[in-house]
Amino acid sequence: MINFQYLRTTSAKSALALLQKDKKAQFIAGGTNLIDLMKRGVTSPEKLIDINHVPLRQIELVGNNIIIGALASNTNVAENKLVKERLPLLAMALNAGASAQLRNVATVGGNMMQRTRCGYFYDTEMPCNKREPGSGCGAIGGFNRMHAIFGTSEKCIAVHPSDMCVALAALDAVVVIANTKGERKLPFKDFHRLPGDTPQLDNNLKADEMIVRLEIPVNNLAAHAHYLKVRDRASYAFALVSVAAAVEIKDNKISDVRLAMGGVAHKPWRLTASENFLKGKEANAQNFEQAALLAMSGAKGFGENDFKLAMAPNSIIEALNLATAKV
Amino acid sequence: MQSSDKESNRGDTRRDFLKKSSVITAIALTPAAAVKAAENQADERFAELFEKIPLNITVNNKAYRASVEPRVTLLDYLREELHLTGTKKGCDHGQCGACTVHADGERINSCLSLAVMNEGKKITTIEGLANGDELHPMQAAFIKHDGFQCGYCTPGQIMSAVACVNEGHTGSRAEIAEYMSGNICRCGAYPNIVDAIVEVSKGEAKV
Repeated sequence: MINFQYLRTTSAKSALALLQKDKKAQFIAGGTNLIDLMKRGVTSPEKLIDINHVPLRQIELVGNNIIIGALASNTNVAENKLVKERLPLLAMALNAGASAQLRNVATVGGNMMQRTRCGYFYDTEMPCNKREPGSGCGAIGGFNRMHAIFGTSEKCIAVHPSDMCVALAALDAVVVIANTKGERKLPFKDFHRLPGDTPQLDNNLKADEMIVRLEIPVNNLAAHAHYLKVRDRASYAFALVSVAAAVEIKDNKISDVRLAMGGVAHKPWRLTASENFLKGKEANAQNFEQAALLAMSGAKGFGENDFKLAMAPNSIIEALNLATAKV
Repeated sequence: MQSSDKESNRGDTRRDFLKKSSVITAIALTPAAAVKAAENQADERFAELFEKIPLNITVNNKAYRASVEPRVTLLDYLREELHLTGTKKGCDHGQCGACTVHADGERINSCLSLAVMNEGKKITTIEGLANGDELHPMQAAFIKHDGFQCGYCTPGQIMSAVACVNEGHTGSRAEIAEYMSGNICRCGAYPNIVDAIVEVSKGEAKV
């Protein structure tokens, strides 16, 4: 690992001031993705600002929002009573991701900031437009079994590997972002980007900004929520396809529904057309199949990942079945 | 890397340490900015001026004061500086769990944590588990149930297993398997590892 300067700070204000002063500086929280990338020479920041001591670990109900601090650990969120009762979809998604060791140090903000990536991004001997813009995409025409089927570009077909983010996209979370001048809010679904012509940019956080907290509106989706993760082994593997499904049922009809997929795009992939179709309809097999079909509009395989074109709709149906089967 | 660790049981806080010893060091080296930064207790600015960072860390109930490069991982610090080689380097990328230690009671991958990020923390490694010659119940259970073959993953498995019991994730064999999935065993001792964890979780033994 190439050496770097290391600073430690204990307040968001001073963290932002340090960042403002030196645009080459980068925050480190849990570091489980960043340190890995630094060891492999994929990234080599000149200066790291350790923000682990910044007091942003709160998990609390404020008005109609559940507030989660950017530095709350993945474990603490997943094990939190409020989250388990009110946002079981989020707890399930968190527990489906990584390992117990990683969840203990990985933070909510860090989970969002982990790189959208693939094997070519990690291998510095291979071309990758995300790591080295203009060098080409090794995955298109290469090994692309894990790759995206939605929202791809000629520049990049990598997927965002987070499970937590899929649930947060489904739950209409809002990201609160700060710089030295103040705060702004961004809907979670707009936080991450599609690759387009700038695959080096994973998200819309600016160089002088930090994520400070999430606001998740309370909902009536807790009773029928399921996070389905399909992967090569039973645990501790990235998703081939995952589906966050949460449904509210009133008088035998779907009154509210949220669907998002992971493992299929450069960002958490919200299924708005499927949601709109299901609203007001009965929760039955025929409607679930139609919703799954609608979700696949625009899907495109790249060879090795063609199986996802069948796995994705099947997973949507299965997730809806499991969510609505819950009492 | 040259070892500069000194045992210390004085229980000084990091800030005390910086105030006392580092200010003296800074004055000796005489960069005016360093003295000023230290006087202002602005340790982030202070740290900027030095390649090595002061580290106060407690490992297996012994307090250490060290000076480490920021890029040194906790795993390398434990193995190369403190010569606590029980903690193993497997993949060195957070995928195998051989480097699992406890930081303030929580299991972490020491390969994916910078030593300096563990300032003020209490680390427990496999060497800190036994009470003298008396094995920790989890160590004894691994031997009894043959929870290993080559043994390379075993320190990480045991540290993870102790945490798994403490966390209360031992409701079923499936739950244990899920919460132990961050520890890979290439010899395939998984069923025996689960046997050991089941026994300890059901036993009276204090973990």
